[in-house]
Amino acid sequence: MRRPARTAVDLLVLVALAAYAAPFFWQLLTSLKPEGELLRVPPLLPSRLTLAHYRVVLEQSLIPRALVNSVGIATLTTLLALVLGVPGAYAIARLPLPGKSALLLAIVASTAFPQIATVSPLYLLMRALGLRDTWAGLVLVHASFALPLTVWLLAGFIRELPLAAEEAASVDGAGTVGTLRWVVVPQLLPGLASTALLTFLFSWNEFLFAYTFTASEASRTIPVALALFPGVYEVPWGDIAAASMLASLPPVLIVIVLQRFLVSGLVAGALKE
Amino acid sequence: MTGRTRAARRQALLLLAPTLVALTALTVYPGCWVVWLSLQHRVPIFGVARFAGLDNFAFLAVDPRFWSAARTTAAFTALSVALELLLGVAVALALARQERGRRLGLSLLLLAWAMPSVVTAKLYEWLYHPTAGLINVLLGAHAINWLGDPRLALPAVILADVWRSMPFVALLCYARLRTIPAELYEAAQVDGAGRLATLGRVTLPLLGRIVLLALLFRTLDALRAFDIMFVLTGGGPAGTTETLTVYAYRSLFQMLQLGFGSAISVVVFALVMGAAWAYLRLLRPRAVVA
Repeated sequence: MRRPARTAVDLLVLVALAAYAAPFFWQLLTSLKPEGELLRVPPLLPSRLTLAHYRVVLEQSLIPRALVNSVGIATLTTLLALVLGVPGAYAIARLPLPGKSALLLAIVASTAFPQIATVSPLYLLMRALGLRDTWAGLVLVHASFALPLTVWLLAGFIRELPLAAEEAASVDGAGTVGTLRWVVVPQLLPGLASTALLTFLFSWNEFLFAYTFTASEASRTIPVALALFPGVYEVPWGDIAAASMLASLPPVLIVIVLQRFLVSGLVAGALKE
Repeated sequence: MTGRTRAARRQALLLLAPTLVALTALTVYPGCWVVWLSLQHRVPIFGVARFAGLDNFAFLAVDPRFWSAARTTAAFTALSVALELLLGVAVALALARQERGRRLGLSLLLLAWAMPSVVTAKLYEWLYHPTAGLINVLLGAHAINWLGDPRLALPAVILADVWRSMPFVALLCYARLRTIPAELYEAAQVDGAGRLATLGRVTLPLLGRIVLLALLFRTLDALRAFDIMFVLTGGGPAGTTETLTVYAYRSLFQMLQLGFGSAISVVVFALVMGAAWAYLRLLRPRAVVA
């Protein structure tokens, strides 16, 4: 194809993808529309933009508290999954393990576990342990649910590292744990970042467990708070739009700013096997 | 076995132990417990808890609401996965030939995938608003009640799910396309293959395996989908969007029938594991070339 024609097609694809994202932009626009113009369409564009809905959401709703809960729970989930997952992934990738193929199959199979299948026993377990409506309960459940994928991704990333440095460390008398800490982990940083992003996104977006195991603003995460967003006489569409933009903020930032790590994590999970 | 290998094995098990303990306690153990629960009559608020054998499953077999939910699950899974794959492959082909603006294109594409599914539900609830929703305004047809009409609600939910999940399929196929060496295309060109022939004989066959993998991931996710219908329609109107997961959830936490609800959960569990097993058999013969 000639160059100008190519550029034109490139542009066309971008326009089509922007149109695909239109529902998101429409919600963004809704969140900035004056209350009186929400239900009067057309015209599609508002006469002016306002932050009034954001003010209502931030000052008069439980959304800010839910955002704090979500940041805390998703961060702790990510840390816990990595702390548990990195040694396990190293053992799977590099060390002699009895029954390794059965173990791998079990890990892959547990990524297929439907949440609805474990939600009722976990509910009883959370109640028995007094962990309902706490950060700790949700962090434990999220981390263990994310763990199979975490281990799977990390094992793939570790296998890609050159063996030479680890062999040298072993010759120098470094133990397994020392090698893992001082040789493997520093080289693994990009893979760790990808895995961390996916785990964080999972916990941030997760709804079923969060909805079931939380009962108050003490631990309600942002998807739950958004699903339960109250309306007094009519549905506050503008406020809901503002709240959903706030709930989308970390995922959107990840897609735009950390896209490279996100994509490599997503692709690694599927293409390596 | 030398002492050295034995020590290495012990160390490997030690490193893996935290993962195994967490998985056993919070995934495998609940996975077995749910089967046990499904064999009981258990209604906590009335203090009822007794063994019931297969009673719950016998009731499911003649429960019209269960069969309606099963049909809805099947229709939702088949339609949304088929649309996601068709659209996903098309988008991947368009993106892969892109020379400039790939990063921006991927950002726009992944936006829909990355945000919480509850946000997707809220977003589509507003898009489907009978009088002020963008969809009706653009169609110039006022007052189509998308989420309130029993014939339209399931397609409306499927559309929202396709919008959210297609980017994942597109991304996987796009990544695969980028690993196809340029020489293959040059060879096809030398052989005089036109653009359509190249697509049919070179590109699509190379995509086959990754499409099968995407099909696996998406089928499993569609079978266990919950958030989108629970938040967007709550299973209504008239139960037309109530899938097995929503029915299970309602039985468990709204009707507080812990045993009966667990029986529906076990059915979903079996469906998902069965689908996973079938696909893995399909995928096994050759190693993944990617």
